[in-house]
Amino acid sequence: MIPQAVQDCWYPLAMAALTGPYPGRATQLLGQPIRVFRDAAGTIRVQGDAGADLPVILRFGHVWACPGTPQRDLFTIPEADHPGRRLVDCGVVRVKCSPLRAVENFLDIAHFPFVHTDILGAEPHTEVGRYEVHIREDTDEVWATKVRFHQPQAAMSAEGGIETEYMYRVPAPTAAVLYKTCPARPGDWDVIGIFVQPLTEELCDVWPWMALYDDVTPQAALIQFQQMIFLQDRSILENQIPRLLPLDPGMEIPTQADLTSVAYRRWLKRKGLTYGAQMVAA
Amino acid sequence: MTPRLHDYVLSASCYKVRLMAALVGVRLDLVAVDFHPGREHKGPAFRALNPAGTLPVLETGELVLTESTAMLVWLAQGHPGWTGDGSRSAAAQVQQWLAFSARLAASLGMARLHDMLHFPADIDGCRLAGIDCLREVEAHLFEARLAGRLFLTGDRPTIADIACFPNVALAPDGGVGLEPYPGIRLWMRAIRSLPGFIEMPGIHRLHELRPAPERGAA
Repeated sequence: MIPQAVQDCWYPLAMAALTGPYPGRATQLLGQPIRVFRDAAGTIRVQGDAGADLPVILRFGHVWACPGTPQRDLFTIPEADHPGRRLVDCGVVRVKCSPLRAVENFLDIAHFPFVHTDILGAEPHTEVGRYEVHIREDTDEVWATKVRFHQPQAAMSAEGGIETEYMYRVPAPTAAVLYKTCPARPGDWDVIGIFVQPLTEELCDVWPWMALYDDVTPQAALIQFQQMIFLQDRSILENQIPRLLPLDPGMEIPTQADLTSVAYRRWLKRKGLTYGAQMVAA
Repeated sequence: MTPRLHDYVLSASCYKVRLMAALVGVRLDLVAVDFHPGREHKGPAFRALNPAGTLPVLETGELVLTESTAMLVWLAQGHPGWTGDGSRSAAAQVQQWLAFSARLAASLGMARLHDMLHFPADIDGCRLAGIDCLREVEAHLFEARLAGRLFLTGDRPTIADIACFPNVALAPDGGVGLEPYPGIRLWMRAIRSLPGFIEMPGIHRLHELRPAPERGAA
């Protein structure tokens, strides 16, 4: 039985630009078959197996649907509307892991020097300094701020190593957004999101998305940079044990660098968002 | 001119060419092609360059090459050893493995594209054909080891190894594990330790071995 709180969330299902006429994209959400297509009037619709329409929102270039009764609007990213930004849909990558693990990995900085060597991190600069984590009461989101890390090539527009500052945000159980120092425009943030579609508790489709200040880099190169980073994570994600994300303490011992992950897990548990999670201490 | 490679960072065939170039010290101009999600390689502009609509494409200034094995031959020219030792036997064996690499792409490579990027495929058939290929490579490398050789065609790497390495190493991406093949794992380690080796997502570099822990200190 899937908890109601899980069913009432919004989930990404497709890139709006690539959604074609019926039969469109046949996919899965929370273990159920689902279909995303554009009807004769050009409206994007999402239908479950029985043919009933689900509530749909088009935002950040993607199609979002709610299999239950939405309790709130899908989150917004105001920075994405600033003029001059390039919005980049990066396609989809399937990963054999819990959707929650895909989000948690995105929130982690400590793995950069070892998995994204010479790009997002490099030895010996492996230390994650202290940063701040809190739950924003007004929006009920997990935020990590004042995260600083030395990066050899933080973005396509970065030349040489820089000290990058990050903010991380979890606005929905299977979505995460990061804000990072923009090499081309100091004082502004580049925005990168991953929108995770839970196919099952151990299989997900991940839709990376970016809103960048970069007038120079060709679109294909921006997409490939993001895909390169995410695919470096994929083989790690597919080998994590246990497969489900443990929400009870006992199996994994967090360190100072894992504050965001700890807050994310507590937040999931408090809200009953346990699809893809392991509840019993192993 | 600097040879120009029309490239996709996640493509095993493009990586073959990037790796070969790195191993022989040839600089490439990389042109990113929006293979996924844009399918730019199937568009008219790209097809004007390569009617087959496939990646990679290498522009050498004189030639436009569309087969990765031909690109390996082109890059290895002037770098003795990489195309064999000059013997008839080595030349034939290199060709054998270059052709074999197409079977790897059609089986393990397709399974990976299916699992990762939603390519339509008979996934069970791809994996089984891939396992057949891996068993052939494993058996061959075992015999080679008994004869004191580490690589596919001799005691040093050739373009045959580089042609076969990526889709073998990326097999887990398509749901085919490499645990049963100790010969393949040793061979992969030998390739990853070559001077000039570069990585790609899913194929990690060798991290330096740490000094052995001191005994008795704890």
